[in-house]
Amino acid sequence: MEILISVVIALLTSCGVYLLLRGRTFPIILGLTLLTYAVNVFIFMSGRLNPGASTIIGVGERYTDPLPQALVLTAIVISFAMTAFVLVLALRARAELGNDHVDGRNSVEEVKS
Amino acid sequence: MTLLSIILLPLAGALLPLFTERFGRTLCAYSAAFGPLCALGILLGSASSVFSGHTEHVFFAWLPEIGLNLSLRLDGLGLMFALLIVGIGLLVVLYARYYLSERDSLGKLYALLQLFMMAMLGIVLSNNLLLMIVFWEITSLVSFLLIGYWSHQSDARKGARMALAVTGAGGLCFLAGALLIERIAGSFELDAIFAAAEQIKAHANYPVILVLVLLGAFTKSAQFPFQFWLPHAMSAPTPVSAYLHSATMVKAGVFLLARMHPALAGTDGWFYLVTFTGMATLLFGAYNALFKHDLKGLLAYSTISHLGLITMLLGFSTDLAVVAAIFHIINHATFKASLFMAAGIIDHETGTRDMRKINGMWKYMPHTALLAMVAALAMAGVPLLNGFLSKEMFFSEALHLESMGMFSWIFPLMATLAGIFSVAYSVRFIHDVFFNGEPIDLPKYPPHEPPRYMVVPVEILVGLCLLVGILPNLTIAPFLEAASRAVLGHEMPDYHIAIWHGFNLPLIMSFVALAGGLLMYKQRSGLFAFYERKFRHDEKILFESRVQFSVRVAQMFTDFIQNNSLQRYMALLIGSAVVAIGYALLPNMQWMGPLSVTELEPVSLLAAIILAVGALGTVLLHHNRFAALLLMSVVGLVVSLIFVRYSAPDLALTQISVEVVTIVLLMLALYFLPQMTPNESGAKRVGRDILLASAAGLGMGLITFAMLTTPYETISDFYLANSVSGGGGANVVNVILVDFRGFDTLGEITVLAIAAVGIYAMLNGLHLPLPQADGDGRLWDKEPHPPILSVMARILLPLAILVSVFIFLRGHNAPGGGFIAGLVTSVALILQYVASGTVWMQQRLRWRYRRVAVSGVLIAVLTGVGSWFFGYPFLTSTFGHFYIPLIGEIELASAMAFDTGVYITVVGATLLILAHLGKLAQTTHSPRPSTSTSFTEAELSKGEN
Repeated sequence: MEILISVVIALLTSCGVYLLLRGRTFPIILGLTLLTYAVNVFIFMSGRLNPGASTIIGVGERYTDPLPQALVLTAIVISFAMTAFVLVLALRARAELGNDHVDGRNSVEEVKS
Repeated sequence: MTLLSIILLPLAGALLPLFTERFGRTLCAYSAAFGPLCALGILLGSASSVFSGHTEHVFFAWLPEIGLNLSLRLDGLGLMFALLIVGIGLLVVLYARYYLSERDSLGKLYALLQLFMMAMLGIVLSNNLLLMIVFWEITSLVSFLLIGYWSHQSDARKGARMALAVTGAGGLCFLAGALLIERIAGSFELDAIFAAAEQIKAHANYPVILVLVLLGAFTKSAQFPFQFWLPHAMSAPTPVSAYLHSATMVKAGVFLLARMHPALAGTDGWFYLVTFTGMATLLFGAYNALFKHDLKGLLAYSTISHLGLITMLLGFSTDLAVVAAIFHIINHATFKASLFMAAGIIDHETGTRDMRKINGMWKYMPHTALLAMVAALAMAGVPLLNGFLSKEMFFSEALHLESMGMFSWIFPLMATLAGIFSVAYSVRFIHDVFFNGEPIDLPKYPPHEPPRYMVVPVEILVGLCLLVGILPNLTIAPFLEAASRAVLGHEMPDYHIAIWHGFNLPLIMSFVALAGGLLMYKQRSGLFAFYERKFRHDEKILFESRVQFSVRVAQMFTDFIQNNSLQRYMALLIGSAVVAIGYALLPNMQWMGPLSVTELEPVSLLAAIILAVGALGTVLLHHNRFAALLLMSVVGLVVSLIFVRYSAPDLALTQISVEVVTIVLLMLALYFLPQMTPNESGAKRVGRDILLASAAGLGMGLITFAMLTTPYETISDFYLANSVSGGGGANVVNVILVDFRGFDTLGEITVLAIAAVGIYAMLNGLHLPLPQADGDGRLWDKEPHPPILSVMARILLPLAILVSVFIFLRGHNAPGGGFIAGLVTSVALILQYVASGTVWMQQRLRWRYRRVAVSGVLIAVLTGVGSWFFGYPFLTSTFGHFYIPLIGEIELASAMAFDTGVYITVVGATLLILAHLGKLAQTTHSPRPSTSTSFTEAELSKGEN
């Protein structure tokens, strides 16, 4: 299972980073979201794989580490706020610049960097 | 405590003149003198105890973790310097009152001068090396402002910048040296450093330390080859020059040499470096001073040369040489400050500083002339004046030095040569300015004596020159003794200062210097022509070209990494992260920990495959944005399944509700954006990005695997053990959020509210072209709110609210809580917006979501503040059991109120974002249905190619 989880995190990171490197705002936001999934799962996994355990006192026999869960819970909400912010920033940029390229350029020739 | 007030008085006093300036210049001067006067009184009061050999200490811990303490000492050296700083500072205050013209702000000058005085006092009284560096840097900064006081002049700005660059760089070297010293001595406290002197000198790093500390001292004291900043600092107002470049700032360097003498001196390295630097500076300064036509330029080079002399004496580091060095520090400060002031008076009265124009001043201002001549003779080292005594000691020490074996003759020879030059330029100062015929087209004619009180500081200083020169044992001896004791660390050597030592070699050297100097001045016309031909060099041009060069290099580097392309920044950022982490981890990475791998579950494998399809599909189909978005939501669902599988019901609930909100948000935004992403990345770009992405992913995967197979100690046992007893809740995750780590959560909901308000601000006044058709060219439906959906949504709303209340209430003891409940409520309300439209909702729900979000944060803060009233720290929570009729006994925790704040913030922020984004579509849609179609179609056609 450890290998599978590692592969999942690796895949999510790769897909996220690749999309992050695109030139248009929407794919970048998608990439950011994928990267967020990867990071959240990674932090969550620092509590190790504990199927069938519990974080509620008095329920179940084994307890899993609640701290990474608390961290990830806040991380999920914060990343929602961040996604929303970047998204509206992208909308605003499109309104101001007339296109949705991250550098504010539209033509294909110009974007060679 | 009184020691601390010596530093604090000028600091507090720095504010006074700024307020009193409007009540007239004289009052302003009085208020500026107040702080230093009190400090002077305190210093004189403690003089007798210092003379008796007592060293006063004050200690306050400031940042003890890094060794920085407010630790002061008042020993002989500190006392002597502090008296110089405060005493001459007071005279400068009086002088500046008359020097500065009405146009310039006197208050600003006084404030800066006192700030500078504070910093200098800090340097000389510090008992902590790090504290000393803090003050050291303040002197660099304030001197920048003082030199650049006339900031409208480009000379002043450039001079100030040069001084700051040179002394600032030296300060950094000093800091590095101090850090190395601390590594050996184990403390920044001077007492500890002096105690560890032998270890420091024996340590392998000693040469590095020595060079670094000396660089700090040499740059500050304008030693060769860093002397060039000092002449350019002459663009400062003359009171500033008299203060900074005679008595204080440049003396900080030699002070540092004297202060660190017990810890660093006594080695060959010290001897050669310090002595020869001093000697080079002595000769260079004395030689150049002769040829300067600018009055202040002459004095500046003369200062450089005298600083070289002091440095050279400290380099000798014999007992008597140290005494002579300290003696010369005092003497130079007195005669040079008076000379600068006299030069300022002449400048003030004639309007120029060019010695080729200023001649024959004896006739016009005999009083000033007499004072300046006495001071200049002291500078030349003429008997009966203080300069003579210390110069005589210098000659005598130069003669007695035998460290260099057969080459020891070089010191007396060079000393005499410098003496000759020194006499020559002093004679030039006297003859050229006060005699030598009539003045030539002065800007102000005829010159006359300055205001009475402008001369008083000069009179006092010249009086001191005479007094010390004639009666040294009655005046200066106790100060000298106390200061030398502090530097040498033992009792004074057997010596006596006297005017007449008999007819000996040093006296002959003095006479040679006098005669040679007069002779040299007589031959000046030839020498001047020679100097003009051969030795014209301008350090400023060189320095400026270096500055320009470094700016160009920096610009080139910036242009390379900052080409205004976010894509390049991202690639550089991710590339750097991959390289840096790879470099740190690869050499000693343990790929797999000791734990064995658990068995693969078929169901999990299936979920992982679905996730992989979703993630890869998002990437592969990202040109078709809607499809990519749908595929990505699959990933989010699988992630929440991962949370379910590995015992995190809270996370799963949060993830799935956030997922809904996020996807709705993304779809709403996509409505305004092009439906397709153009294919504009070349094969090279795609290849590079795949490489970067794979490297990043591989790295994350390897780190995850190594982490998962490594056993660990959890720090959560505390939370598990105390959740019920301390937090009153069984759901440990929730108790951590609202109780144990409540402060983090408070920060987090604040961020959420700020993000929402930021989004609101960005949406304000935003106009976007509205698409009439979807990505495939199909027109949007005219009926945006299908009745079936709106009827269903209305039925669902109360149910959803009920669910969210349930989730909220049970959150403390079972999966749930404010975050999840808030998200569920938001989803239910958003559904109403989607189903029935913004207008419909606005008529029914008249909330201002900004206020909702902010009041949520406010409730959370108030909950935290509440615990103050019961005498507990911020956000301490309590809980108890209450009996409510009909319902029965329930448990209520104060954390519940905090969680309410969280709930309200989440609802407010989420709806603020989504409702306003939705309103955007509504407002831009209805009134003008077909305005911007052309733009949209152009956008669409571009998207499809």
